[in-house]
Amino acid sequence: MLSSFEKIWLRHEILRRPDGQSLLFIDRHFLHEGSFNAFAQLAERGAAVAHPNRCTAVADHYAPTRATLPEPAIADMLDRLTQNTTRHAIPLAGWQHPDQGIVHVIGPERGLTLPGLTIVCGDSHTSTHGALGAIGFGIGASEVAHVLTTQTLWQKPPRLMRITVAGRLGPGITAKDLALCIITQLGADGARGHALEYAGPAVRALSMEGRLTLCNLSIECGARCGLVAPDETTFAYLRGRPHAPPDFDRACADWATLPTDPGARFDREETIDAATIAPTITWGTSPEDALPITATIPDPAHIPNPARAAHASEALAYMGLTPGQPLTSVRIDRVFIGSCTNSRIEDLRLAAAVLAGRTARVPGLVSPGSARVKQQAEQEGLARIFTDAGLAWGLPGCSMCVGMNGDQVAPGQRCASTTNRNFRGRQGPGARTHLMSPAMAAAAAITGHLTDVRPLLTGRT
Amino acid sequence: MEKFHRLTAIACPLPLEGIDTDQLAPARFLKRRRSEGYGPVLLHDLRATPGFPLTAPAYAGARILIARRNFGGGSSREAAVYALMDFGIRCVVAPSFGDIFASNAVGNGLLPAIATAPDVETLLAKLLATPGELTIDLPACRIEAGPQTWPFTIDPVWREKLLQGFDDIDLTRSRQPEIDAFVRTYESRYPWA
Ligand code: SF4
Repeated sequence: MLSSFEKIWLRHEILRRPDGQSLLFIDRHFLHEGSFNAFAQLAERGAAVAHPNRCTAVADHYAPTRATLPEPAIADMLDRLTQNTTRHAIPLAGWQHPDQGIVHVIGPERGLTLPGLTIVCGDSHTSTHGALGAIGFGIGASEVAHVLTTQTLWQKPPRLMRITVAGRLGPGITAKDLALCIITQLGADGARGHALEYAGPAVRALSMEGRLTLCNLSIECGARCGLVAPDETTFAYLRGRPHAPPDFDRACADWATLPTDPGARFDREETIDAATIAPTITWGTSPEDALPITATIPDPAHIPNPARAAHASEALAYMGLTPGQPLTSVRIDRVFIGSCTNSRIEDLRLAAAVLAGRTARVPGLVSPGSARVKQQAEQEGLARIFTDAGLAWGLPGCSMCVGMNGDQVAPGQRCASTTNRNFRGRQGPGARTHLMSPAMAAAAAITGHLTDVRPLLTGRT
Repeated sequence: MEKFHRLTAIACPLPLEGIDTDQLAPARFLKRRRSEGYGPVLLHDLRATPGFPLTAPAYAGARILIARRNFGGGSSREAAVYALMDFGIRCVVAPSFGDIFASNAVGNGLLPAIATAPDVETLLAKLLATPGELTIDLPACRIEAGPQTWPFTIDPVWREKLLQGFDDIDLTRSRQPEIDAFVRTYESRYPWA
């Protein structure tokens, strides 16, 4: 009786040392501009890439999403990626390539991410790929160099945690709201050392886009990976994708053996009731600092643990908020809809459903997750809805999620953002970030303050 | 990789929760090449806070940091470890660490030592009141200040790796025949993978 995670792990275990470390075979290795440190380590050793065909590189972190010409420092980062991948014969979707996009969007979209695989990338949100029933986790530069040279990685089997989500999410409530609730329930480090499996009727009912959002945020409660066992939703999503297996039915038959066996053992079980979840938003500087939109800003004076209270005071000072203030009274300066968390077609459809025929009171940027998403959103008329509302329609990339490409939130400005990290300075030095779903970001754009989207969605979805 | 055995050095208290890797090495500095050095980047934006201990003369030359829970959470950027190492830090003591950060740390010879939250509070209070040295004894998994000691934990495999300073890539290459045999079977069984 095995869990889905264990089944996939065992398939990839080349050997296990007496001290418990496994040497795992890695199926897919995604690379981006930040991988230059790892390539430098290879150059120092004079090492070659073991399986270039198991690597896929993409320009995303530094890809300009507004400019039509990258400034020199950005162009240098794009060039380094081109040079390193050319030298090692690694396929690259560079800036403005038709397959380009955020690495965690294009993997599933192109069918490179498949059930049963081990997938790594020098990026913590590699947990996203677990949505298709794979083991996906982020690694550091030295581990990237290790995978490049050996196509393997030493890992200790993590502890296993299952999160069962009972019931059904209410209207206007998304996987983002669910994930923020889970993070708040567990804490930002609550799942460290664990691999997560998301289960239960509310997870099964999620679309693939919703599952990708959910698994994406696993790292924000400290888990290196999160997984949804593959099912018909997974198979239907993958059928016909460019890199889907040619003998698709044979692969499906194999994937159907991957779900967790009844009676499989987990080190920890958590449950959450989907029906209790309201639109959820962060107020502080950690993703665990989240509350329903109907709540008020917490008062550090009422937090008994002194370390926790100190964190809350510092977070409120940085965020420019007052204890007791209703969340809905918080005015925003701009919105950002994008990132590997919420830039897929379904996310954009939802934001557009809220924005259609309405005008944004604050400036904002919508950055699609990939060139394909961009094209589809333009064909469906979504891009037009955004620009008619007064928001900018950008190019695909990480953009304002991390501000590396120059698209930043100005110091002291408050941003309603569909991204995954509200850390200090994440969207630019001094930037104040509130995390929320695409629907909630669209609602905030219309009213100019944090807003419950539900009344704005009536009759629209 | 440099080995870690026993270290006696000034310890700098950072009484903050959730010092994430975005703080340790802000995004805009990540274009640097490793050879340029990441020391000046460490906690760049937090350093501007008045009275920030890292830049206070009392803690000059610190090689040990003490911080609250969830140190190094967030982004996988190994630059967070480069920044600590290049600044001179060889050990961070905290109640919990981000998993990817901890793995990156060990790979570079930086010790992530897990102490209990009450012990961390004791150490923070002590160092804020009286700046001074601590000794980190890795074989004994012990933090020492004169006659006082506090235990810490670390995964035994990581402890061994830090003590021996071995190189993973060399180690893996010594298993190449097993890898090759695995790949042959694997690729015939799962041709789509
Ligand atoms: S969109 Fe943001 S979180 Fe996702 S990979 Fe890019 S920078 Fe990282």
